[in-house]
Amino acid sequence: MSEQSTLTGEEIALQVRGLDFFYGDFKGLNGVSLDIAKNKVTAFIGPSGCGKSTLLRTFNRMYDLYPGHRAEGQILFHGKNLLEKKQDVNMIRAKIGMVFQKPTPFPMTIYENIAFGVRLYEKMPASEMDDRVEWALRKAALWDEVKDKLQQSGLSLSGGQQQRLCIARAVSVKPEVLLLDEPTSALDPISTAKIEELVNELKYEYTIVIVTHNMQQAARISDFTAFMYLGELVEFGKTDELFVKPRKAQTEDYITGRFG
Amino acid sequence: MSLYTQRLWINRIGIGLSMLAMAIGFAALLWILWTLFSKGFSALDWDFFTKDTPAPGSLGGGLRNAIVGSGLILFVTTFVSTPFGILAGIYLAEFGDKSKFAAVTRFVTDIMLSAPSIVIGLFVYALWVVSFGGFSGWAGSIALSLIAIPVVLRTTENMLRLVPPSLREAAFALGAPRWQVSLKVTLRSVKAGVVTGVLLAVARVTGETAPLLFTALNNQFYSTDMSKPMGNLPVVIFQFGMSPYDNWVQLAWGGSLLIALLVLAINIGARVIFRQKDNF
Amino acid sequence: MSEVSTHGLPQSNQTTRGKLFKLQDLAFHQITMVFAMIVLAALAGIIVSLGHQAAPAFKEFGWGFIWGDVWSIPDEKFGARIAIYGTLITSLIALLFAVPISFGIALFLTETCPTWLRRPLGTAIELLAGVPSIVFGIWGLFIFAPLFSNHVQPIIQDTLGKLPLVGGFFAGPPIGIGILTASIVLALMVIPFIASVMRDVFETVPPVLKESAYGVGCTTWEVVWNIVLPYTRVGVIGGVMLGLGRALGETMAVTFVIGNSSRLPASLFSPGTSIASTLANEFGEAEPGLHISSLFALGFLLFVITFFVLAVSRWLIHRGTKKQGK
Repeated sequence: MSEQSTLTGEEIALQVRGLDFFYGDFKGLNGVSLDIAKNKVTAFIGPSGCGKSTLLRTFNRMYDLYPGHRAEGQILFHGKNLLEKKQDVNMIRAKIGMVFQKPTPFPMTIYENIAFGVRLYEKMPASEMDDRVEWALRKAALWDEVKDKLQQSGLSLSGGQQQRLCIARAVSVKPEVLLLDEPTSALDPISTAKIEELVNELKYEYTIVIVTHNMQQAARISDFTAFMYLGELVEFGKTDELFVKPRKAQTEDYITGRFG
Repeated sequence: MSLYTQRLWINRIGIGLSMLAMAIGFAALLWILWTLFSKGFSALDWDFFTKDTPAPGSLGGGLRNAIVGSGLILFVTTFVSTPFGILAGIYLAEFGDKSKFAAVTRFVTDIMLSAPSIVIGLFVYALWVVSFGGFSGWAGSIALSLIAIPVVLRTTENMLRLVPPSLREAAFALGAPRWQVSLKVTLRSVKAGVVTGVLLAVARVTGETAPLLFTALNNQFYSTDMSKPMGNLPVVIFQFGMSPYDNWVQLAWGGSLLIALLVLAINIGARVIFRQKDNF
Repeated sequence: MSEVSTHGLPQSNQTTRGKLFKLQDLAFHQITMVFAMIVLAALAGIIVSLGHQAAPAFKEFGWGFIWGDVWSIPDEKFGARIAIYGTLITSLIALLFAVPISFGIALFLTETCPTWLRRPLGTAIELLAGVPSIVFGIWGLFIFAPLFSNHVQPIIQDTLGKLPLVGGFFAGPPIGIGILTASIVLALMVIPFIASVMRDVFETVPPVLKESAYGVGCTTWEVVWNIVLPYTRVGVIGGVMLGLGRALGETMAVTFVIGNSSRLPASLFSPGTSIASTLANEFGEAEPGLHISSLFALGFLLFVITFFVLAVSRWLIHRGTKKQGK
């Protein structure tokens, strides 16, 4: 692999090595290798269909849900390969949380939306659960807006609030890594700004990987950026460097808006 | 006549005939409903609900035993077919993409939706009535359940398949096991649709007569014992409607009106619930 | 609010949970599968139990059971021909009425109906499907049959009945109940089912296809006849087969109006019988032995015929609606 994909001087949360991905016979990812730095924000950019979401969805093995989808290679997390069959997928997902493009509040109250995930792996008295729900909602900067209506449906919130509820839900189970799959593409600019601000706060405690089709967003919030094209990792490096002086012509074409 | 005017005339005749077809369908419904009201409404008096079915040749009487019997049989049917249909529907939606077994089940279910109900009655007769000693309310409920389950099953599966994948993925992404994702998130999000399916199934079996003929049979007397033959509206309507006694025929009209109103009300209720499904 | 740390669940707690979840999911898979099996078990049960009960009759009469035209309880001689004939002829005549009317309804609802009327009229047709069979029966016997015998049958006998060749179909006393009456009531009952399938498949026609036909100046009728119908042919046939399957097995309404005579009907005005109505009439009072076994044999034949028709119908409808995605 010609692309220099390792990082030096950073603590590494996830190490991807020689990752191939298949949708049935179609190869969606081709030999991807890169490091995801701990407690930093890494952005995946590239034109639609380039494999950036596919790559993100290998980190919590979401593809397992679909017959015919499979990944080969290595994704090391605490020294173990996530892709091995014997790994407990539920456990991986409890430690590597995910937020989706469209807000996905569960059909329950705001309170239950948070408590649902917590109850999966922890048993606690009601008072402690109340604290945990408040804590998670504060982390997602949503507490002040919903503290008086915790028993209302999660679906009653606005789109931006729903998305922050989903972030709170992901944070509530105390993951180490947060995967954000185009989390603002369905939101208005003000809600988008709030989420971006939130990402900046959360990165001190969580490793964040974000897929975005918005290059300005990647430039604003990420520390590292990976540019992908046609299922391959084209360029990977510090966000400042990649946007200011890209090493590959393809990257430059993309970020200057010549294609994609 | 020019070709163009000829084409216009063909079009007008075609559209006119299609309107006529619509009118026939609509008129049939109105005609039947109107008949039921004009013939049956006068039968719905106090005695109708409080007296039992009269013996041949005796005057008066009501349908209390049949109404209670039908209520009990339908209650048990709903109670049995709802969990059966929903769990089977979950199986087809959750695990149904990979297995041949599921594909066959889906196909057979579709056929059972329209299979002759009298054959279901024969089956339950051979299976239950012969081996467990006689006609009973239970046997009637089993027969009706076999008709209701495919309806609940298919609606549940169809509803679950409409759930956006991202909602399921979001639940999986928290590390939730499949059963919790399925029961607590996806199923809950289609609650209104599933309730609609259950209601449609109840509406479907409420008027079913053929499967009860050889299972619940009938009972001239008031009884709440499900292990004995049980009076029920459809069979009473069948017997009384084809009888020579005027008061029996009159009761059959009253029973028909009652059943038709019930079925139509459930049908309409199901549609209303389905349309207001957005919040949980 | 007490302090909540950001990471770190107790490790042991997690692995036991993980194992528990795996077991629960396995159980979930198995349990739901058992419930799904009930449908297949019912199918197998129907075939096996009916076949088992019918065996004595099939053994006694052999193929003659299907062809025999004597159904006599005192003589213990049973042949299914008259009932099969009644079932097939009433269902086919019902389709003759129901298919064009259903087509008209589907055409009206998808092409010419004003949008605000679509839902109420569509619901009305669906409600017609919900009217219980027994209600159709009692209506047919007390309302439709007298009207038919007083006002329609004499007119038919004075006109069509006088024609050579077809006249014989309308011979006999105009008593109201009989083969034709049963067919008409059946037609009303299956119209909603056929119309609903037709409407569904008509809606799968890509709008661009219709628009381009309208674009060259086609009338609505020409678009439906030349574009919509050929495009949805397979699904439409599936809908007709569904109606046929429903009509074949329909019991109560037919029992009320077919006349229940076990002689071969001489004309469309004669009383007859069908498989389902024979079962409804005789099963309750049948003595164990050859009579009940023959009734089971009738049920078995009915199930096999309808199963086959409905299977073909499902297959066609499935093919007809899948086209949409391509």
